[in-house]
Amino acid sequence: MQQYFEVRWHGRGGQGAKTAALLFGEAAMETGKYIQAFPEYGPERTGAPVKAYNRLSDGPIRIHTQVTDPDVVVVLDASLLESINVTEGLKKGGAILVNTQEKAEVIKKKLGVTDAKVAVVDATKIAVEILKRNVPNTVMLGAMVKVTGALEWDSALASIEAKLSEKFRGRKEIIEGNVKAIKKAYDEVEVA
Amino acid sequence: MKTVAKTGNEAMAYAMKQINPDVVAAYPITPATEVVQIFSNYVADGEVDTEFVAVESEHSALSACVGASIAGGRVMTSTSSQGLALMHEILYIAAGNRLPIVIALVNRSLSAPINIHCDHSDTMGSREAGWMHLYCANSQEAYDSLIIALKTAEATAVPAIVSTDAFILSHAMERLEVLEDSDVQNFIGEYRPRFSALDLENPKTYGPLDLQDYFFEHKRAQIDDFSKVLDAYDKAAKDYAELSGRYYPALEEYKTEDADVAIFAAGSTADTAKEVVDDLRDQGRKVGLVRMRMWRPLPVEQIKKALTKFKAVAVMDRSDTMADFGGPVFLETRGMLYDSEEKPLITDYVYGLGGRNIKLTDIARVYDDIEQVAKAGKIEKLITYLGVRGEE
Repeated sequence: MQQYFEVRWHGRGGQGAKTAALLFGEAAMETGKYIQAFPEYGPERTGAPVKAYNRLSDGPIRIHTQVTDPDVVVVLDASLLESINVTEGLKKGGAILVNTQEKAEVIKKKLGVTDAKVAVVDATKIAVEILKRNVPNTVMLGAMVKVTGALEWDSALASIEAKLSEKFRGRKEIIEGNVKAIKKAYDEVEVA
Repeated sequence: MKTVAKTGNEAMAYAMKQINPDVVAAYPITPATEVVQIFSNYVADGEVDTEFVAVESEHSALSACVGASIAGGRVMTSTSSQGLALMHEILYIAAGNRLPIVIALVNRSLSAPINIHCDHSDTMGSREAGWMHLYCANSQEAYDSLIIALKTAEATAVPAIVSTDAFILSHAMERLEVLEDSDVQNFIGEYRPRFSALDLENPKTYGPLDLQDYFFEHKRAQIDDFSKVLDAYDKAAKDYAELSGRYYPALEEYKTEDADVAIFAAGSTADTAKEVVDDLRDQGRKVGLVRMRMWRPLPVEQIKKALTKFKAVAVMDRSDTMADFGGPVFLETRGMLYDSEEKPLITDYVYGLGGRNIKLTDIARVYDDIEQVAKAGKIEKLITYLGVRGEE
Protein backbone atom coordinates (compact mmCIF):
# COMPACT_ATOMS: atom_id res chain seq x y z
CA MET A 1 0.00 0.00 0.00
CA GLN A 2 1.07 3.54 -0.76
CA GLN A 3 2.61 5.48 2.12
CA TYR A 4 0.72 8.48 3.43
CA PHE A 5 1.65 11.19 5.88
CA GLU A 6 -1.50 12.35 7.64
CA VAL A 7 -2.12 15.34 9.86
CA ARG A 8 -5.08 16.36 12.01
CA TRP A 9 -5.45 19.97 13.09
CA HIS A 10 -7.55 20.89 16.11
CA GLY A 11 -8.61 24.47 16.66
CA ARG A 12 -11.51 26.66 17.54
CA GLY A 13 -13.66 28.38 14.93
CA GLY A 14 -11.84 31.54 13.87
CA GLN A 15 -8.33 30.38 14.76
CA GLY A 16 -7.55 29.30 11.23
CA ALA A 17 -7.16 25.52 11.47
CA LYS A 18 -8.42 25.21 7.90
CA THR A 19 -6.10 27.94 6.62
CA ALA A 20 -3.16 26.25 8.35
CA ALA A 21 -4.02 22.94 6.67
CA LEU A 22 -4.30 24.62 3.27
CA LEU A 23 -1.01 26.46 3.68
CA PHE A 24 0.76 23.33 4.88
CA GLY A 25 -0.69 21.41 1.93
CA GLU A 26 0.41 23.98 -0.60
CA ALA A 27 3.85 24.20 0.94
CA ALA A 28 4.13 20.42 0.71
CA MET A 29 3.09 20.50 -2.93
CA GLU A 30 5.85 23.00 -3.68
CA THR A 31 8.32 20.38 -2.47
CA GLY A 32 6.95 17.91 -5.02
CA LYS A 33 4.41 16.04 -2.89
CA TYR A 34 0.87 15.08 -3.78
CA ILE A 35 -1.43 16.63 -1.22
CA GLN A 36 -4.87 16.89 0.25
CA ALA A 37 -6.03 19.56 2.69
CA PHE A 38 -9.58 19.60 3.94
CA PRO A 39 -11.63 20.76 6.88
CA GLU A 40 -14.28 18.80 8.69
CA TYR A 41 -17.42 20.83 8.21
CA GLY A 42 -20.01 20.82 10.92
CA PRO A 43 -22.06 23.50 12.57
CA GLU A 44 -19.04 25.77 13.11
CA ARG A 45 -19.31 28.84 15.21
CA THR A 46 -16.56 31.12 16.37
CA GLY A 47 -14.94 29.44 19.33
CA ALA A 48 -16.41 25.96 18.73
CA PRO A 49 -14.00 23.04 18.27
CA VAL A 50 -13.08 22.44 14.61
CA LYS A 51 -10.85 19.97 12.79
CA ALA A 52 -8.90 20.05 9.54
CA TYR A 53 -6.72 17.48 7.84
CA ASN A 54 -3.78 16.91 5.53
CA ARG A 55 -2.81 13.84 3.59
CA LEU A 56 0.58 13.83 1.82
CA SER A 57 2.16 11.28 -0.46
CA ASP A 58 4.85 10.88 -3.11
CA GLY A 59 2.26 9.61 -5.61
CA PRO A 60 -1.29 10.55 -6.60
CA ILE A 61 -3.70 10.25 -3.64
CA ARG A 62 -6.82 8.19 -4.20
CA ILE A 63 -8.15 8.01 -0.65
CA HIS A 64 -11.03 10.43 0.02
CA THR A 65 -11.95 9.69 3.61
CA GLN A 66 -11.46 11.42 6.91
CA VAL A 67 -8.07 10.97 8.53
CA THR A 68 -8.55 8.56 11.43
CA ASP A 69 -4.95 7.57 12.26
CA PRO A 70 -2.85 10.72 11.93
CA ASP A 71 0.95 10.75 11.99
CA VAL A 72 0.80 14.21 13.48
CA VAL A 73 -1.77 16.07 15.54
CA VAL A 74 -1.58 19.85 15.88
CA VAL A 75 -3.55 21.59 18.61
CA LEU A 76 -3.96 25.34 18.07
CA ASP A 77 -5.70 25.93 21.40
CA ALA A 78 -4.58 24.22 24.60
CA SER A 79 -8.04 24.58 26.17
CA LEU A 80 -9.17 21.83 23.77
CA LEU A 81 -7.07 19.36 25.75
CA GLU A 82 -9.72 19.55 28.46
CA SER A 83 -12.68 18.67 26.24
CA ILE A 84 -11.43 16.71 23.23
CA ASN A 85 -9.47 13.49 22.96
CA VAL A 86 -6.81 15.02 20.74
CA THR A 87 -4.60 11.93 20.71
CA GLU A 88 -7.37 9.72 19.29
CA GLY A 89 -5.91 7.46 16.61
CA LEU A 90 -2.45 9.06 16.80
CA LYS A 91 0.06 6.66 15.27
CA LYS A 92 2.81 5.05 17.31
CA GLY A 93 5.99 7.01 16.76
CA GLY A 94 3.95 9.99 15.61
CA ALA A 95 3.92 13.46 17.09
CA ILE A 96 1.55 15.85 18.78
CA LEU A 97 2.24 19.56 18.74
CA VAL A 98 0.43 21.86 21.14
CA ASN A 99 0.21 25.64 21.31
CA THR A 100 0.70 26.18 25.05
CA GLN A 101 2.71 28.00 27.70
CA GLU A 102 3.38 24.70 29.45
CA LYS A 103 6.55 22.64 29.16
CA ALA A 104 6.53 19.65 26.81
CA GLU A 105 7.00 17.24 29.74
CA VAL A 106 3.89 18.61 31.46
CA ILE A 107 1.74 18.19 28.35
CA LYS A 108 3.16 14.74 27.75
CA LYS A 109 2.14 13.68 31.22
CA LYS A 110 -1.24 15.35 30.94
CA LEU A 111 -2.02 13.57 27.66
CA GLY A 112 -0.61 10.29 28.90
CA VAL A 113 1.33 9.89 25.67
CA THR A 114 4.09 7.28 25.83
CA ASP A 115 4.71 6.19 22.26
CA ALA A 116 4.68 9.50 20.38
CA LYS A 117 6.64 12.72 20.42
CA VAL A 118 5.10 15.63 22.29
CA ALA A 119 6.12 19.13 21.23
CA VAL A 120 5.06 22.53 22.52
CA VAL A 121 5.42 26.12 21.43
CA ASP A 122 3.77 29.26 22.75
CA ALA A 123 2.37 30.29 19.38
CA THR A 124 -0.21 32.58 20.95
CA LYS A 125 2.52 34.63 22.63
CA ILE A 126 4.50 34.80 19.41
CA ALA A 127 1.39 35.82 17.44
CA VAL A 128 0.38 38.53 19.91
CA GLU A 129 3.94 39.81 20.13
CA ILE A 130 4.66 39.96 16.41
CA LEU A 131 1.29 40.03 14.67
CA LYS A 132 -0.47 41.93 17.48
CA ARG A 133 -3.37 39.45 17.20
CA ASN A 134 -4.13 36.04 18.64
CA VAL A 135 -3.83 34.12 15.36
CA PRO A 136 -1.65 31.11 16.14
CA ASN A 137 -2.31 29.12 12.95
CA THR A 138 0.45 30.24 10.60
CA VAL A 139 2.85 30.49 13.52
CA MET A 140 2.32 26.81 14.28
CA LEU A 141 3.41 25.92 10.74
CA GLY A 142 6.97 26.78 11.69
CA ALA A 143 6.94 24.43 14.66
CA MET A 144 5.14 21.82 12.59
CA VAL A 145 7.77 21.75 9.85
CA LYS A 146 10.54 21.41 12.42
CA VAL A 147 8.94 18.72 14.54
CA THR A 148 7.81 16.49 11.70
CA GLY A 149 10.70 16.94 9.31
CA ALA A 150 8.10 16.20 6.64
CA LEU A 151 9.08 19.17 4.51
CA GLU A 152 12.27 20.89 3.49
CA TRP A 153 12.35 24.09 5.55
CA ASP A 154 13.56 26.65 2.98
CA SER A 155 11.13 25.70 0.24
CA ALA A 156 8.27 25.31 2.72
CA LEU A 157 8.92 28.80 4.08
CA ALA A 158 9.19 30.27 0.57
CA SER A 159 5.90 28.67 -0.41
CA ILE A 160 4.09 29.91 2.70
CA GLU A 161 5.44 33.40 2.07
CA ALA A 162 4.25 33.29 -1.54
CA LYS A 163 0.77 32.15 -0.51
CA LEU A 164 0.51 34.85 2.16
CA SER A 165 1.59 37.45 -0.38
CA GLU A 166 -1.21 36.28 -2.65
CA LYS A 167 -3.74 36.40 0.15
CA PHE A 168 -2.69 39.73 1.70
CA ARG A 169 -1.89 41.51 -1.56
CA GLY A 170 0.50 44.32 -0.77
CA ARG A 171 -0.01 44.32 3.00
CA LYS A 172 3.68 43.97 3.64
CA GLU A 173 3.59 44.17 7.44
CA ILE A 174 1.24 41.18 7.66
CA ILE A 175 3.31 39.07 5.28
CA GLU A 176 6.64 39.91 6.91
CA GLY A 177 5.17 39.55 10.38
CA ASN A 178 3.90 36.07 9.61
CA VAL A 179 7.23 34.95 8.20
CA LYS A 180 9.02 36.31 11.26
CA ALA A 181 6.57 34.56 13.59
CA ILE A 182 6.89 31.27 11.69
CA LYS A 183 10.68 31.42 11.99
CA LYS A 184 10.42 32.17 15.69
CA ALA A 185 8.15 29.18 16.27
CA TYR A 186 10.60 27.03 14.34
CA ASP A 187 13.36 28.14 16.69
CA GLU A 188 11.40 27.94 19.94
CA VAL A 189 9.52 24.65 19.65
CA GLU A 190 10.39 22.26 22.49
CA VAL A 191 10.12 18.48 22.23
CA ALA A 192 9.67 15.83 24.92
CA MET B 1 0.23 22.67 -18.33
CA LYS B 2 0.95 23.69 -14.76
CA THR B 3 0.60 22.05 -11.35
CA VAL B 4 -1.68 23.79 -8.88
CA ALA B 5 -3.38 23.09 -5.55
CA LYS B 6 -7.15 23.53 -5.78
CA THR B 7 -10.33 22.38 -4.11
CA GLY B 8 -13.02 20.74 -6.25
CA ASN B 9 -14.93 24.02 -6.30
CA GLU B 10 -11.85 26.02 -7.27
CA ALA B 11 -11.04 23.49 -9.97
CA MET B 12 -14.52 23.73 -11.49
CA ALA B 13 -14.57 27.53 -11.29
CA TYR B 14 -11.15 27.61 -12.98
CA ALA B 15 -12.38 25.36 -15.80
CA MET B 16 -15.35 27.73 -16.21
CA LYS B 17 -12.96 30.67 -16.42
CA GLN B 18 -10.95 28.98 -19.15
CA ILE B 19 -14.14 28.04 -21.01
CA ASN B 20 -15.15 31.71 -20.76
CA PRO B 21 -18.89 31.20 -21.36
CA ASP B 22 -21.06 33.95 -22.83
CA VAL B 23 -23.52 33.82 -19.95
CA VAL B 24 -23.51 32.44 -16.41
CA ALA B 25 -26.72 32.87 -14.41
CA ALA B 26 -26.47 31.44 -10.92
CA TYR B 27 -27.71 31.48 -7.38
CA PRO B 28 -25.34 30.33 -4.64
CA ILE B 29 -25.99 27.25 -2.51
CA THR B 30 -23.76 25.35 -0.10
CA PRO B 31 -21.47 23.55 -0.94
CA ALA B 32 -21.40 24.88 -4.53
CA THR B 33 -21.42 28.53 -3.41
CA GLU B 34 -17.71 28.94 -4.02
CA VAL B 35 -18.00 27.95 -7.68
CA VAL B 36 -20.32 30.90 -8.23
CA GLN B 37 -18.40 33.19 -5.91
CA ILE B 38 -14.99 32.48 -7.46
CA PHE B 39 -16.41 32.77 -10.94
CA SER B 40 -18.03 36.11 -10.10
CA ASN B 41 -14.57 37.28 -8.98
CA TYR B 42 -13.23 36.38 -12.42
CA VAL B 43 -16.05 38.44 -13.90
CA ALA B 44 -15.36 41.38 -11.59
CA ASP B 45 -11.63 41.22 -12.31
CA GLY B 46 -12.25 41.22 -16.05
CA GLU B 47 -10.66 37.82 -16.54
CA VAL B 48 -13.65 36.53 -18.52
CA ASP B 49 -16.03 38.12 -21.02
CA THR B 50 -19.04 36.49 -19.40
CA GLU B 51 -22.32 38.26 -18.74
CA PHE B 52 -22.94 37.24 -15.14
CA VAL B 53 -26.60 37.28 -14.15
CA ALA B 54 -27.28 37.30 -10.41
CA VAL B 55 -30.80 35.95 -9.98
CA GLU B 56 -33.15 35.40 -7.04
CA SER B 57 -33.47 31.58 -7.19
CA GLU B 58 -32.19 28.48 -8.94
CA HIS B 59 -35.44 28.30 -10.90
CA SER B 60 -34.62 31.72 -12.27
CA ALA B 61 -30.97 30.81 -12.74
CA LEU B 62 -31.70 27.96 -15.09
CA SER B 63 -34.53 29.92 -16.74
CA ALA B 64 -32.08 32.72 -17.53
CA CYS B 65 -29.65 30.09 -18.84
CA VAL B 66 -32.37 28.72 -21.11
CA GLY B 67 -33.04 32.19 -22.52
CA ALA B 68 -29.36 32.86 -23.08
CA SER B 69 -28.86 29.48 -24.71
CA ILE B 70 -31.82 30.00 -27.05
CA ALA B 71 -30.19 33.28 -28.00
CA GLY B 72 -27.20 31.21 -29.13
CA GLY B 73 -24.85 31.71 -26.20
CA ARG B 74 -22.44 29.32 -24.56
CA VAL B 75 -24.03 29.01 -21.12
CA MET B 76 -23.07 27.53 -17.75
CA THR B 77 -24.26 27.56 -14.17
CA SER B 78 -23.59 25.85 -10.86
CA THR B 79 -25.76 24.43 -8.12
CA SER B 80 -26.34 21.63 -5.62
CA SER B 81 -29.07 19.71 -3.83
CA GLN B 82 -32.15 21.87 -3.17
CA GLY B 83 -30.94 24.16 -5.93
CA LEU B 84 -31.09 21.36 -8.49
CA ALA B 85 -34.46 20.36 -7.10
CA LEU B 86 -35.73 23.88 -7.66
CA MET B 87 -34.33 23.76 -11.22
CA HIS B 88 -36.10 20.48 -11.85
CA GLU B 89 -38.88 21.91 -13.98
CA ILE B 90 -36.44 23.85 -16.14
CA LEU B 91 -34.07 20.89 -16.54
CA TYR B 92 -36.66 19.30 -18.82
CA ILE B 93 -37.25 22.54 -20.69
CA ALA B 94 -33.52 22.98 -21.37
CA ALA B 95 -33.17 19.40 -22.58
CA GLY B 96 -36.38 19.43 -24.61
CA ASN B 97 -35.28 22.61 -26.35
CA ARG B 98 -31.90 20.94 -27.05
CA LEU B 99 -29.89 23.56 -25.20
CA PRO B 100 -26.34 22.42 -24.34
CA ILE B 101 -26.13 24.18 -20.97
CA VAL B 102 -23.52 22.77 -18.55
CA ILE B 103 -23.97 22.68 -14.77
CA ALA B 104 -20.99 22.42 -12.42
CA LEU B 105 -22.75 20.60 -9.61
CA VAL B 106 -21.84 19.49 -6.12
CA ASN B 107 -23.69 16.38 -4.96
CA ARG B 108 -25.45 16.95 -1.65
CA SER B 109 -28.35 15.28 0.10
CA LEU B 110 -31.91 16.60 -0.11
CA SER B 111 -33.92 17.80 2.90
CA ALA B 112 -35.49 16.73 5.22
CA PRO B 113 -33.81 16.45 7.64
CA ILE B 114 -31.59 19.38 6.70
CA ASN B 115 -28.09 18.28 5.78
CA ILE B 116 -25.43 19.94 3.65
CA HIS B 117 -23.20 16.90 3.10
CA CYS B 118 -22.64 14.45 0.31
CA ASP B 119 -24.92 11.93 -1.24
CA HIS B 120 -26.17 11.49 -4.78
CA SER B 121 -29.90 11.98 -4.15
CA ASP B 122 -29.98 15.28 -6.00
CA THR B 123 -28.68 14.16 -9.40
CA MET B 124 -30.23 10.69 -9.14
CA GLY B 125 -33.55 12.45 -8.67
CA SER B 126 -33.01 14.28 -11.94
CA ARG B 127 -31.78 11.42 -14.04
CA GLU B 128 -34.81 11.31 -16.32
CA ALA B 129 -34.59 14.97 -17.32
CA GLY B 130 -32.55 14.42 -20.48
CA TRP B 131 -29.18 15.63 -19.25
CA MET B 132 -25.84 13.89 -19.52
CA HIS B 133 -24.46 13.11 -16.03
CA LEU B 134 -20.82 12.64 -15.09
CA TYR B 135 -19.71 11.72 -11.55
CA CYS B 136 -16.14 12.74 -10.69
CA ALA B 137 -13.68 10.95 -8.40
CA ASN B 138 -11.32 13.84 -7.60
CA SER B 139 -10.58 17.51 -8.29
CA GLN B 140 -8.47 16.77 -11.34
CA GLU B 141 -11.31 14.89 -12.88
CA ALA B 142 -13.81 17.63 -12.01
CA TYR B 143 -11.67 20.16 -13.87
CA ASP B 144 -11.14 17.89 -16.88
CA SER B 145 -14.73 16.67 -17.01
CA LEU B 146 -16.26 20.10 -17.20
CA ILE B 147 -14.26 20.81 -20.35
CA ILE B 148 -15.04 17.41 -21.92
CA ALA B 149 -18.72 17.72 -21.00
CA LEU B 150 -19.05 21.14 -22.60
CA LYS B 151 -17.58 19.83 -25.83
CA THR B 152 -19.90 16.81 -25.80
CA ALA B 153 -22.95 18.88 -24.92
CA GLU B 154 -22.41 21.33 -27.75
CA ALA B 155 -21.71 18.53 -30.25
CA THR B 156 -24.99 16.79 -29.40
CA ALA B 157 -27.24 19.64 -28.21
CA VAL B 158 -27.71 17.70 -24.97
CA PRO B 159 -27.15 19.57 -21.68
CA ALA B 160 -24.73 18.16 -19.11
CA ILE B 161 -24.25 17.93 -15.36
CA VAL B 162 -20.75 17.35 -13.99
CA SER B 163 -20.66 16.62 -10.28
CA THR B 164 -18.31 16.30 -7.33
CA ASP B 165 -18.98 14.91 -3.86
CA ALA B 166 -19.93 17.59 -1.35
CA PHE B 167 -17.04 18.65 0.91
CA ILE B 168 -15.17 15.39 0.26
CA LEU B 169 -14.15 16.88 -3.08
CA SER B 170 -15.74 20.32 -3.22
CA HIS B 171 -13.81 21.59 -0.21
CA ALA B 172 -10.75 19.34 -0.28
CA MET B 173 -7.63 20.85 -1.76
CA GLU B 174 -5.73 18.50 -4.02
CA ARG B 175 -2.87 18.72 -6.43
CA LEU B 176 -3.90 18.88 -10.05
CA GLU B 177 -2.68 19.90 -13.48
CA VAL B 178 -4.45 22.57 -15.47
CA LEU B 179 -4.15 23.37 -19.16
CA GLU B 180 -3.28 26.71 -20.70
CA ASP B 181 -6.28 28.94 -21.46
CA SER B 182 -5.49 28.74 -25.18
CA ASP B 183 -5.46 24.93 -25.14
CA VAL B 184 -8.90 24.87 -23.54
CA GLN B 185 -10.20 27.41 -26.06
CA ASN B 186 -8.78 25.46 -28.99
CA PHE B 187 -10.24 22.24 -27.64
CA ILE B 188 -13.78 23.51 -27.15
CA GLY B 189 -13.70 25.68 -30.29
CA GLU B 190 -16.16 28.37 -31.16
CA TYR B 191 -19.75 27.53 -30.27
CA ARG B 192 -21.98 27.44 -33.33
CA PRO B 193 -25.57 26.80 -32.23
CA ARG B 194 -27.82 25.02 -34.69
CA PHE B 195 -30.44 27.67 -34.14
CA SER B 196 -30.37 31.07 -32.52
CA ALA B 197 -33.19 33.39 -31.57
CA LEU B 198 -30.90 36.25 -32.56
CA ASP B 199 -30.63 34.93 -36.11
CA LEU B 200 -33.12 37.40 -37.53
CA GLU B 201 -32.70 36.12 -41.08
CA ASN B 202 -34.12 32.77 -40.00
CA PRO B 203 -36.78 33.38 -37.39
CA LYS B 204 -37.94 30.33 -35.45
CA THR B 205 -40.33 29.56 -32.64
CA TYR B 206 -38.79 28.15 -29.46
CA GLY B 207 -40.60 26.16 -26.84
CA PRO B 208 -43.97 26.07 -28.62
CA LEU B 209 -47.17 24.23 -27.78
CA ASP B 210 -46.92 20.69 -29.13
CA LEU B 211 -49.91 18.45 -28.40
CA GLN B 212 -51.09 14.96 -29.29
CA ASP B 213 -50.27 15.51 -32.93
CA TYR B 214 -46.45 15.82 -32.73
CA PHE B 215 -45.20 15.84 -29.11
CA PHE B 216 -44.49 12.11 -29.20
CA GLU B 217 -42.39 12.33 -32.38
CA HIS B 218 -40.38 15.18 -30.93
CA LYS B 219 -39.77 13.29 -27.70
CA ARG B 220 -38.77 10.21 -29.68
CA ALA B 221 -36.31 12.32 -31.67
CA GLN B 222 -34.88 13.70 -28.42
CA ILE B 223 -34.42 10.19 -27.06
CA ASP B 224 -32.76 9.17 -30.32
CA ASP B 225 -30.34 12.09 -30.13
CA PHE B 226 -29.61 11.21 -26.52
CA SER B 227 -28.44 7.79 -27.67
CA LYS B 228 -25.70 9.53 -29.68
CA VAL B 229 -24.20 11.19 -26.61
CA LEU B 230 -22.06 8.21 -25.65
CA ASP B 231 -20.15 8.18 -28.96
CA ALA B 232 -19.76 11.95 -28.93
CA TYR B 233 -18.52 11.77 -25.36
CA ASP B 234 -16.01 9.08 -26.19
CA LYS B 235 -14.62 11.11 -29.07
CA ALA B 236 -14.33 14.22 -26.90
CA ALA B 237 -12.70 12.21 -24.09
CA LYS B 238 -10.14 10.71 -26.48
CA ASP B 239 -9.33 14.08 -28.04
CA TYR B 240 -8.94 15.48 -24.55
CA ALA B 241 -6.61 12.63 -23.63
CA GLU B 242 -4.35 13.59 -26.53
CA LEU B 243 -4.24 17.12 -25.25
CA SER B 244 -3.85 16.41 -21.54
CA GLY B 245 -2.61 12.82 -21.22
CA ARG B 246 -5.66 12.02 -19.09
CA TYR B 247 -8.32 9.71 -20.46
CA TYR B 248 -11.69 9.28 -18.81
CA PRO B 249 -13.86 6.50 -20.25
CA ALA B 250 -17.60 6.57 -19.55
CA LEU B 251 -17.03 3.41 -17.53
CA GLU B 252 -13.70 2.65 -15.89
CA GLU B 253 -12.42 -0.80 -14.99
CA TYR B 254 -9.71 -1.27 -12.39
CA LYS B 255 -7.91 -4.59 -11.98
CA THR B 256 -10.87 -6.54 -13.33
CA GLU B 257 -9.18 -8.87 -15.86
CA ASP B 258 -8.96 -11.88 -13.55
CA ALA B 259 -11.26 -10.70 -10.77
CA ASP B 260 -13.94 -12.98 -9.36
CA VAL B 261 -15.82 -10.20 -7.64
CA ALA B 262 -16.11 -6.45 -8.10
CA ILE B 263 -17.56 -3.34 -6.56
CA PHE B 264 -19.53 -1.06 -8.89
CA ALA B 265 -19.35 2.47 -7.49
CA ALA B 266 -19.19 6.15 -8.41
CA GLY B 267 -17.56 9.36 -7.23
CA SER B 268 -14.84 9.75 -4.62
CA THR B 269 -15.69 6.38 -3.05
CA ALA B 270 -14.68 4.61 -6.26
CA ASP B 271 -11.27 6.29 -6.04
CA THR B 272 -10.91 5.21 -2.41
CA ALA B 273 -11.95 1.67 -3.34
CA LYS B 274 -8.95 1.38 -5.69
CA GLU B 275 -6.74 1.62 -2.63
CA VAL B 276 -8.68 -1.24 -1.04
CA VAL B 277 -8.41 -3.30 -4.23
CA ASP B 278 -4.61 -2.89 -4.20
CA ASP B 279 -4.48 -3.85 -0.56
CA LEU B 280 -6.59 -6.98 -1.03
CA ARG B 281 -4.69 -7.92 -4.18
CA ASP B 282 -1.51 -7.86 -2.08
CA GLN B 283 -3.21 -10.56 -0.02
CA GLY B 284 -3.78 -12.59 -3.20
CA ARG B 285 -7.50 -11.89 -3.46
CA LYS B 286 -9.02 -11.56 -6.92
CA VAL B 287 -11.03 -8.39 -6.52
CA GLY B 288 -11.69 -5.54 -8.92
CA LEU B 289 -13.53 -2.28 -9.30
CA VAL B 290 -15.83 -0.91 -11.98
CA ARG B 291 -16.35 2.81 -11.74
CA MET B 292 -19.54 4.36 -12.94
CA ARG B 293 -18.60 7.76 -14.33
CA MET B 294 -21.37 8.40 -16.82
CA TRP B 295 -24.85 7.49 -15.61
CA ARG B 296 -26.85 9.33 -18.29
CA PRO B 297 -26.95 8.15 -20.92
CA LEU B 298 -26.23 4.68 -19.57
CA PRO B 299 -23.23 3.05 -21.22
CA VAL B 300 -25.28 -0.15 -21.33
CA GLU B 301 -23.08 -2.36 -23.50
CA GLN B 302 -19.93 -1.34 -21.60
CA ILE B 303 -21.60 -2.08 -18.28
CA LYS B 304 -22.85 -5.48 -19.45
CA LYS B 305 -19.43 -6.41 -20.82
CA ALA B 306 -17.69 -5.28 -17.65
CA LEU B 307 -19.98 -6.84 -15.05
CA THR B 308 -20.94 -10.17 -16.63
CA LYS B 309 -17.43 -11.53 -16.15
CA PHE B 310 -17.71 -11.60 -12.35
CA LYS B 311 -19.28 -14.15 -10.03
CA ALA B 312 -20.55 -11.49 -7.66
CA VAL B 313 -20.93 -7.72 -7.82
CA ALA B 314 -21.69 -5.24 -5.07
CA VAL B 315 -23.34 -2.06 -6.27
CA MET B 316 -22.63 0.92 -4.04
CA ASP B 317 -25.47 3.42 -4.10
CA ARG B 318 -25.13 6.82 -2.48
CA SER B 319 -28.90 7.39 -2.67
CA ASP B 320 -32.07 5.37 -2.34
CA THR B 321 -35.03 4.94 -4.68
CA MET B 322 -37.60 4.84 -1.86
CA ALA B 323 -38.98 1.86 -3.74
CA ASP B 324 -38.12 -0.49 -0.89
CA PHE B 325 -35.71 -2.05 -3.36
CA GLY B 326 -32.36 -0.35 -2.81
CA GLY B 327 -30.67 2.39 -4.80
CA PRO B 328 -31.04 3.50 -8.42
CA VAL B 329 -27.71 2.13 -9.63
CA PHE B 330 -28.63 -1.28 -8.24
CA LEU B 331 -32.05 -1.31 -9.87
CA GLU B 332 -30.82 -0.18 -13.26
CA THR B 333 -27.81 -2.50 -13.19
CA ARG B 334 -30.00 -5.52 -12.50
CA GLY B 335 -32.26 -4.41 -15.34
CA MET B 336 -29.39 -4.10 -17.79
CA LEU B 337 -28.04 -7.55 -16.95
CA TYR B 338 -31.37 -9.37 -16.92
CA ASP B 339 -31.01 -10.76 -20.45
CA SER B 340 -27.36 -11.77 -20.11
CA GLU B 341 -26.83 -15.53 -20.04
CA GLU B 342 -23.85 -15.31 -17.72
CA LYS B 343 -24.46 -12.79 -15.00
CA PRO B 344 -23.14 -12.11 -11.53
CA LEU B 345 -25.03 -12.28 -8.28
CA ILE B 346 -25.71 -8.64 -7.52
CA THR B 347 -26.18 -7.12 -4.09
CA ASP B 348 -26.69 -3.50 -3.11
CA TYR B 349 -24.96 -1.38 -0.50
CA VAL B 350 -26.62 1.94 0.18
CA TYR B 351 -23.97 4.02 1.93
CA GLY B 352 -22.80 7.48 2.92
CA LEU B 353 -26.17 9.24 3.02
CA GLY B 354 -25.88 12.78 4.34
CA GLY B 355 -22.08 12.59 4.21
CA ARG B 356 -21.58 9.57 6.52
CA ASN B 357 -17.85 8.81 6.27
CA ILE B 358 -17.01 5.67 4.30
CA LYS B 359 -13.84 4.07 5.60
CA LEU B 360 -11.40 1.76 3.87
CA THR B 361 -12.53 -0.96 6.26
CA ASP B 362 -16.17 -0.44 5.20
CA ILE B 363 -15.20 -1.06 1.58
CA ALA B 364 -13.02 -4.05 2.54
CA ARG B 365 -16.01 -5.50 4.37
CA VAL B 366 -18.10 -5.25 1.17
CA TYR B 367 -15.42 -7.25 -0.63
CA ASP B 368 -15.53 -9.82 2.19
CA ASP B 369 -19.28 -10.10 1.72
CA ILE B 370 -19.26 -10.57 -2.05
CA GLU B 371 -16.45 -13.10 -1.90
CA GLN B 372 -18.74 -15.02 0.40
CA VAL B 373 -21.65 -14.62 -2.05
CA ALA B 374 -19.44 -15.85 -4.90
CA LYS B 375 -18.28 -18.82 -2.86
CA ALA B 376 -21.76 -19.80 -1.68
CA GLY B 377 -23.33 -19.16 -5.07
CA LYS B 378 -26.26 -17.43 -3.45
CA ILE B 379 -27.25 -14.15 -1.88
CA GLU B 380 -28.04 -14.03 1.83
CA LYS B 381 -28.82 -10.34 2.02
CA LEU B 382 -29.85 -8.42 -1.08
CA ILE B 383 -29.74 -4.86 0.19
CA THR B 384 -27.52 -3.59 2.98
CA TYR B 385 -27.54 -0.12 4.52
CA LEU B 386 -23.84 0.16 5.22
CA GLY B 387 -22.82 1.69 8.53
CA VAL B 388 -26.28 2.63 9.79
CA ARG B 389 -26.75 2.46 13.55
CA GLY B 390 -29.11 -0.27 14.64
CA GLU B 391 -29.07 -1.90 11.21
CA GLU B 392 -26.37 -4.55 11.56
